[in-house]
Amino acid sequence: MTATESNTPLVSVRNLKIGAVTDSGREVEIIKGVDFDIAPGEILALIGESGSGKTTIALSLMGHTRTGCSIQGGQIRVGENDVTAMSRRARAGMRGTEVSYVPQSAAAAFNPSKRIIDQVIETTEIHKLMPRSTARAKAVELFRALALPDAENIGSRYPHQVSGGQLQRLSAAMALISDPQLVIFDEPTTALDVTTQIEVLRAFKSIMAAGGCAGVYVSHDLAVVAQIADRIVVLRGGEVQEEGTTDQILNAPHHPYTKELLAAFEPSPHQVIASTMDDKQEPILEVRNLFAGYGTVRKGEPPVKVLKDVSFRLERGRNLGVIGESGSGKSTLARAVAGILPAYSGEILMNGRQTHHDLAKRSKEELRRTQIVFQLADTALNPGHSIGSILARPLTFYHGLRGKAREARVIELLDMVHLPGNMRHRVPSELSGGQKQRVNLARALAAQPELILCDEITSALDTVVAAAILDLLKELQNELGLSYMFISHDLSTVEAICDDVLVMFKGEIVEALPALRMSDLATHPYSRLLISSIPKLSTGWLSSLEQDPELIAQFANR
Amino acid sequence: MAVSDSSSPSENAKAGGPNFVFNWVGRIGLAVILFWALVALAGPYLAPYPPGEIVDWDYFGPVSSQYWMGTDYLGRDIFSRIITGARYTVGISLAAVTLACTIGVLLGMIAAVAGGWFDMILSRFLDAYNGIPALLFGLVVVAAVGSSIPVLILTLTAIYMPGSYRFARALAVNINTMDFVTVARARGEGTGYLILREIFPNILGPVLADLGLRFVFIVLVLSGLSFLGLGVQPPNADWGALVRENIEGLSFGAPAVIFPSIAIASLTISVNMFIDNLPIRIRDRSE
Repeated sequence: MTATESNTPLVSVRNLKIGAVTDSGREVEIIKGVDFDIAPGEILALIGESGSGKTTIALSLMGHTRTGCSIQGGQIRVGENDVTAMSRRARAGMRGTEVSYVPQSAAAAFNPSKRIIDQVIETTEIHKLMPRSTARAKAVELFRALALPDAENIGSRYPHQVSGGQLQRLSAAMALISDPQLVIFDEPTTALDVTTQIEVLRAFKSIMAAGGCAGVYVSHDLAVVAQIADRIVVLRGGEVQEEGTTDQILNAPHHPYTKELLAAFEPSPHQVIASTMDDKQEPILEVRNLFAGYGTVRKGEPPVKVLKDVSFRLERGRNLGVIGESGSGKSTLARAVAGILPAYSGEILMNGRQTHHDLAKRSKEELRRTQIVFQLADTALNPGHSIGSILARPLTFYHGLRGKAREARVIELLDMVHLPGNMRHRVPSELSGGQKQRVNLARALAAQPELILCDEITSALDTVVAAAILDLLKELQNELGLSYMFISHDLSTVEAICDDVLVMFKGEIVEALPALRMSDLATHPYSRLLISSIPKLSTGWLSSLEQDPELIAQFANR
Repeated sequence: MAVSDSSSPSENAKAGGPNFVFNWVGRIGLAVILFWALVALAGPYLAPYPPGEIVDWDYFGPVSSQYWMGTDYLGRDIFSRIITGARYTVGISLAAVTLACTIGVLLGMIAAVAGGWFDMILSRFLDAYNGIPALLFGLVVVAAVGSSIPVLILTLTAIYMPGSYRFARALAVNINTMDFVTVARARGEGTGYLILREIFPNILGPVLADLGLRFVFIVLVLSGLSFLGLGVQPPNADWGALVRENIEGLSFGAPAVIFPSIAIASLTISVNMFIDNLPIRIRDRSE
């Protein structure tokens, strides 16, 4: 499959330009002259951060642009079709038959009220490609090839009756049913847990190798792309930065931006700060036998129990990582510690003193010491306030600052998170994602806390921006002597900033490990499965990976 | 850092554009509203004749240079009566809508933030109360305590407050679950701060639109009550009462019934035009 260079590439894109008109009538160039080829049977990856134009290019291969955008120049050829010169009707005829699409969110791509099989074979009916019974048989064959359980009958279920990873594979079956020449994968594993991602990637890889059709794989994750792509195109701001084979991009990148991307991916292990604390000092946070859940508490227990018997200690000046997959209860743990979701049983001790479970009953001083920063930077900032007034409020609230002194402190806080002081006059909608997350950090710092609960704060950010935020966290820790409780599903981020790591599974802590030697010391089967599932930046990682099928059956939500 | 800054300049240019500018439809609406507001304030000084005085022995008189909008069934000057009537229609409606929306929005936000039994009891009570037909309720109250301006204002407030409450509560419940409200709550802020500083700015756009609509409904119900003879009592008359008094003139094609109707229509339509064309900055805040 690797680089079977034929003389005529299957897809050729020449000087592609895509533009859009904003609401205020200004024209924006999104794709600024992009060229690339795809050979038959080859998988090309489009890599870049959000806003780099990777999805826009992928969609244009189907002759489709999102609302408001239009192809303004250049040429796209797919097989025999000159996509840019085709009529609307001809493009519609090509979609699904010659080029097909696997979207990021399979859950949103399936109609919840129709059976899966009917949706999978829908393309063949629209384009009248084959009789219904043949299509059904073919679908079952594809289900089997994609390693779906109970291939005969899974089609008769509804979308909510299968897991996320299965649904993503089913949407690949939907794309492949009509034997297309080119399949576009648009971040198909981004929304999946790591242990699920492996199975989906494996299925994609084997079916693409068997089918012989070409693919475009859009992703922001280099490690995932390394497993599946033959060649990689690195994009930034609608321009190609570098193009090359996967090996070349990973091992010998030429362009500085590619190097930056790779560097951001390499975890820089956290240096433990030689803390000056003496042994007598109480831990900054100690949790004993904590239980928490959702719903109205009746007879001392809520109907939905999430956290079960959680205990841990966080010493002053150290950082605690909490990892686990979606639904493991790690965010609930942060909320229970902050008192947003009052725990129904157990003890939370801050600086050795017991604190109330409900934040409404905690003192202002207790609240000030622990601040929380959320994953989604934009929903955590009130769109109606300026950055200045967002930062000013905790200063007034906790420290009674007003007027000139308060303004000076706001500028100081912005400076601490490396933002210019005049940004205080802006509103959140005018800031980029990374800047918003910095403002969120600055707001937490305004309280002069001792502990900051970071709930997936880098997960919604691009790799390079996230790496910059992590550097900032370390710097602030050195200056201010903070402690972090760092919640993440991403092991490399946790490795980069934490001293100790808790592995959570279904609301319980299965293991506590030192961050630097996680993979060596992990003994619990789930931690080992989780750690081994993190994609590595080498092309052979997926093929050489061996996991115990029993473990997978027991712990992975496939 | 350089990377995280990359997308901001393009967004700047967009936000720097015109923010608090009305489009021309909004301006027309605003102009008509201001016109009626002025008339309501200065009404008695503008009217050429006292509103209650019979100035023409001919009833349902035509438009003339002496009587600009004709005369009514008793021979009183319609122009003077509309101008003095503006005070009742605009004044009572404005007072009622202000009261209804202030109470409704405040209670709605409190219920959304407080939740629990407070929300439950208040919501169910107001739902039940909402089941009583508006005009019927007005009839009963006015019949029981008699018609006066304070009674009319309070009755109209009572009729329109529950709708405003439900509207504001529905919006506030959505805002209440956003992370920035959680952050404020985790900071230890009280209900008052949460409502006024965190939630209210974000529901302002829809609430203003709702206020406009509710004002129009109140004008229409007030006119309806007056039409039934339960509103402003003679010799004074609001616009609804003017329509009722002169309804028999309709078959003569008398201007006496047309002009009050036009006055009601011009006020309600212009309020709608104004509300629908609020500056984008205000409307988009809550999106």
